[in-house]
Amino acid sequence: MMFAAATLALLVTTALLVIRAALGPTVFDRAQAANTLGTVAMLLLAVLGFLTDRPEFLDLALVYGLLNVIGTIAVLKFFTRGDLGDPGEDSELKS
Amino acid sequence: MSLLLASLSWFFLVAGGLFCVIGAIGMLRMPDFYTRMHASSVIETLGAGLILLGLCLQAGWTLITVKLLMIGVLLLFASPTATHALARAALTRGLQPMLADPKEASSKRS
Repeated sequence: MMFAAATLALLVTTALLVIRAALGPTVFDRAQAANTLGTVAMLLLAVLGFLTDRPEFLDLALVYGLLNVIGTIAVLKFFTRGDLGDPGEDSELKS
Repeated sequence: MSLLLASLSWFFLVAGGLFCVIGAIGMLRMPDFYTRMHASSVIETLGAGLILLGLCLQAGWTLITVKLLMIGVLLLFASPTATHALARAALTRGLQPMLADPKEASSKRS
């Protein structure tokens, strides 16, 4: 019962964040909404694992969290600099 | 004892869900990108922390608790990094924060 309540709250959160991602005037609003959606999806996976008595879902939540960070930083780098960095060039040291 | 643990985890899960919804409402209603960042941090710290704490109390001393703590530590390190990168990227691209007009009342929406 308590897991159902938490799941419901997380689903409402997801719906509101999707609305923000669709509305968001700038690309950074959308990136921020996507990042937060990733966090909420991680929590939702963890709670769903408890709701259905399948604790293996926690591993999925961990992997989702790791991918979420990398995805967010890659998208930000792309929209800030226009590319993901040239591997032949030391562009990291200059900025 | 188990009743105490059950009611504590009820409280933490419901409070965490509530904070998640509050943060999402904030992200929908705040007027400006940098203020929305504040609302999203509510979800990523209080909401996530309380929900993971409630799940930890449900799991007891097992491997599941260790995995939940690993998720918590990952969130603790990853979400400030992502938020910092986001703010710096927005500033680099020239997105200006919304400032109050000194002539008018301080908390008016434009």
